[in-house]
Amino acid sequence: MATLTDPILVLVMLFNFVLLGTSWMKVTIRAAAAQGAILSLLPLFVQGLSGWHAVALAAAAVTLKGFVLPGLLQKAIRDVHIRHEVQPYVGFLPSLFLGAAGTGLAVVFAGSLPLAPEHVGSLVVPASLSTLLTGLLLLTTRKKAISQVVGYFVLENGIFIFGLLLLDAMPFMVEIGVLLDLFVAIFVMGIILNHIRDEFSSLDTQLLAKLKD
Amino acid sequence: MLHLAVHELLLLLLPPLLLGVIGKTKAAFAGRTGPPLLQPYYDLVRLFQKGSVFSSTTTWVFRAGPAVGLAAALLAGQLVPLGRHAAPVSFPGDVILFVYLFALARFTITAAALDTGSAFEGMGAAREASFGSLAEPALLFGLLALARLAGAFSLGAMLHDPWGAGRLARGPSLVLIAASWSLVFLAENCRLPFDDPNTHLELTMIHEVMVLDHSGPAFGVILYSAAMKLFVLGALLLHVLSPLGGSEPWVDWAVFVAGMLLLAVAIGVVESVMARLRLARVPQALVTASVLSAFGMLLLVR
Repeated sequence: MATLTDPILVLVMLFNFVLLGTSWMKVTIRAAAAQGAILSLLPLFVQGLSGWHAVALAAAAVTLKGFVLPGLLQKAIRDVHIRHEVQPYVGFLPSLFLGAAGTGLAVVFAGSLPLAPEHVGSLVVPASLSTLLTGLLLLTTRKKAISQVVGYFVLENGIFIFGLLLLDAMPFMVEIGVLLDLFVAIFVMGIILNHIRDEFSSLDTQLLAKLKD
Repeated sequence: MLHLAVHELLLLLLPPLLLGVIGKTKAAFAGRTGPPLLQPYYDLVRLFQKGSVFSSTTTWVFRAGPAVGLAAALLAGQLVPLGRHAAPVSFPGDVILFVYLFALARFTITAAALDTGSAFEGMGAAREASFGSLAEPALLFGLLALARLAGAFSLGAMLHDPWGAGRLARGPSLVLIAASWSLVFLAENCRLPFDDPNTHLELTMIHEVMVLDHSGPAFGVILYSAAMKLFVLGALLLHVLSPLGGSEPWVDWAVFVAGMLLLAVAIGVVESVMARLRLARVPQALVTASVLSAFGMLLLVR
């Protein structure tokens, strides 16, 4: 079973490139959703079907990351009629380059980490680091608030991959807690998005940089 | 010896047929009958029977373009193994020669286009050069990955059954490289998402615009070497795309020819269902190909 992890993680890293390279809001959200859903199923591949709680957790995570949260985001872009991320601070090609370079560095860096013997040479750490970097890039270089929310979402995916290393030690409650955190965060961001929209009738965060009496 | 002869015969005779198959596929998609399968051969014969007209502003550079282009394609055809058969010429490091033969062909064709002094052809040359430089890393990264897999640096060893042992471990990299090379294949051969081989609209042409001043036999040579480039790069791509291969030598030739024809049908399908990319998006697609290829290599090297 464990041999399937690496091909799946490669798929996850490909979604990172999609996220960095596309300007279509819809594609961005769907890629993040697909990435999240695939990742939620990953523990089952690593451990095998070990008891009902693993299956229940995976099912909950897939529903939340693959359907509920992306659904909320899709609704948000429908409401405000955003189709494209226009003119991010760092262009799509440069951010694709940065992502590729970051992935390379992640692989190099993972080679020098003192990992448990069973994780040496696996893709878990590189995939995690490159997904974190992708999330960070999306968060910092995109102007639309929704892109930044997606960035946060991807960042959490990266943390989740890192959690795979601790799968034996990670208690059920902690994972549920992380999921809940994510849910609450996206919920709060949704409210903030609504406020930004009401105030400026746009979701461009550049407008937030100006002070007004 | 016999197989060497088959290699040369296929290399010399098959390329225009691929163009015919692409044409037929596109016609079938559009609900037309389309030109006969052998039309590209008739076109070549017609062009070779014509006289040549050379503009008085051109020099020997203009005439060297088609000749060097054809020679480069022919030489590259000697280096690439077709199917599971050994290539006629093989030595360590022939990969680099293979890649730069095409670069040389591109250089002479763009130089010939610039030699005409037409601003229009200069524009095409600029586009061809910039897209070519973006496509090259994708090809090279993929070749490096294959060299790493085979532990050898000659095309013959690298392309001999890359899908062999350990499919699960090398599968992701090979899929990435296949995807990346498919993009490069379409871009290098000026096929549709990148360049429309049929259009004569000035602003959208890349390759076609460079050869406007060539006529008669020179133009025929250019068409023929373009077809041969399609054939050679297709043979390269086929090794990565399909793990299939016959055990019997003659079965293997049949598998190879069937694979090439299928590839031509696939190009026809892509050209029928896709629209042309906006010119500004072309570099992005090519950089994506490079990133995919580099990522595939990274997975193997780490």
